[in-house]
Amino acid sequence: MAPSKGRRQPPSAEELEERNTVGINKETVTNTTSTDYPGNYPDEEHAWDKEYFRQNFKVQWHQNEQFEAQFSLIGVDASIANAFRRILIAEIPSLAIETVYVNNNTSVIQDEVLAHRLGLIPFTGSKKGIREYMTFWRKPGEGEDSYATTFDNNTVSLKLAAKCTHRKDAPKDSRDPHELYENAHVYARDITFEPLGGQPKYFSGDDAIRPVNPDILIAKLRPGQEIDIDMHMHKGFGWDHAKYSPVATASYRLMPTIRITAPILGADAEKFAACFMPGVIALEPVTRQEARALGSGYEGHEGEMKAVVKDPMRDTVSREALRHPEFEGKVKLGRRRDHFIFSIESAGQWDSDELFLEAVRILKKKAGALRPQVTNMVYAF
Amino acid sequence: MSREAYQIPTGSGSGSAPGGGAGAGSGLARPFDPDSVTMAYICGDCGSKFPLRRSDPIRCKECGCRVLYKERTKRMVQFEAR
Repeated sequence: MAPSKGRRQPPSAEELEERNTVGINKETVTNTTSTDYPGNYPDEEHAWDKEYFRQNFKVQWHQNEQFEAQFSLIGVDASIANAFRRILIAEIPSLAIETVYVNNNTSVIQDEVLAHRLGLIPFTGSKKGIREYMTFWRKPGEGEDSYATTFDNNTVSLKLAAKCTHRKDAPKDSRDPHELYENAHVYARDITFEPLGGQPKYFSGDDAIRPVNPDILIAKLRPGQEIDIDMHMHKGFGWDHAKYSPVATASYRLMPTIRITAPILGADAEKFAACFMPGVIALEPVTRQEARALGSGYEGHEGEMKAVVKDPMRDTVSREALRHPEFEGKVKLGRRRDHFIFSIESAGQWDSDELFLEAVRILKKKAGALRPQVTNMVYAF
Repeated sequence: MSREAYQIPTGSGSGSAPGGGAGAGSGLARPFDPDSVTMAYICGDCGSKFPLRRSDPIRCKECGCRVLYKERTKRMVQFEAR
């Protein structure tokens, strides 16, 4: 057994920084797991503390458009950030076509494939209606009528009818199917919404159920071919099928860190900047003050250009800088373990910032369901 | 007529004869003459629609094409969009 060093000093700022950084080396990635939990460091507490979390947790918004949001969560553990990501993808409900009733389909695209394509089209409509009025549809049980569970508050009825015909006024030498034929292409905008029961109250006018992207091509037709389809939409979850997922992508990456440990000057600096994404590394002249400081490595280089880290967030951590021998030992790459840069792209039913708040609400609800169980567990022993 | 003869799958014609053991006309309440039943076909070449009887040659009456297609069912078909 190693001799005890006695009571340890509290960790220095440098060591805390080191613990919080995932090391990215030429061929390895080091220090990948979190270590800030009780019992990991002697004489350090690290129990989860609400006040400590409240003081250290930060949210930074980088971009917040209707269907695209980017923001940073700083000061959370990977498990929490990952929980949000998974909830965004799989546990926020949205509407999608579930059943397709094909009355006629003489197009070249097969019924099954057409049904699958229709299912993947994202729809939108009154947010209030979808959130509050619409409930979940239950599959009718054995011996039940197949529509025993279908009501106006859990099913949206849609219709798609298109028949391709020759156009009489088409130019003689035309080869463009749009000029030659009527309904040569069937798009998502050709799907019509048929309000049932109490639905007009929520879904009318601008709030009607409609495809988010009206230009999605569903099928191509030629004269004599016809599509006549009724569809039922239900609310569902991403864990059931990806078509119900309200996000196109929901992902996070860790904040990259670049530490220049020795001066990189002149032509080397330019080459160094080219190793990273544009805007990550900037070139600045060496100041007189730096050139005067002995041991800084800048002596006698006043006015030369040096490489400085400007915006590490833009970096993709390609490790290109580590391949060149002239930068050996001059740069340290890493990622901040508790800085998650989220990127949420909404499929269109909800706004992307709304989606994240919804994910927080769902995680809170799940924690609330877990709480009495933990309490019971403690009582039993 | 032999028992293995092709039975036209029309709901009204063959009544209830499971397994095909009961041949045409043997145990049926309403016997029918398969030679007189017509079915619509679509030409694979010119696309015209025309009826054919059982004994007719498999040939388009307009263009003589020997590739014929059956029509799609008129019934509604239900699919899950998955």
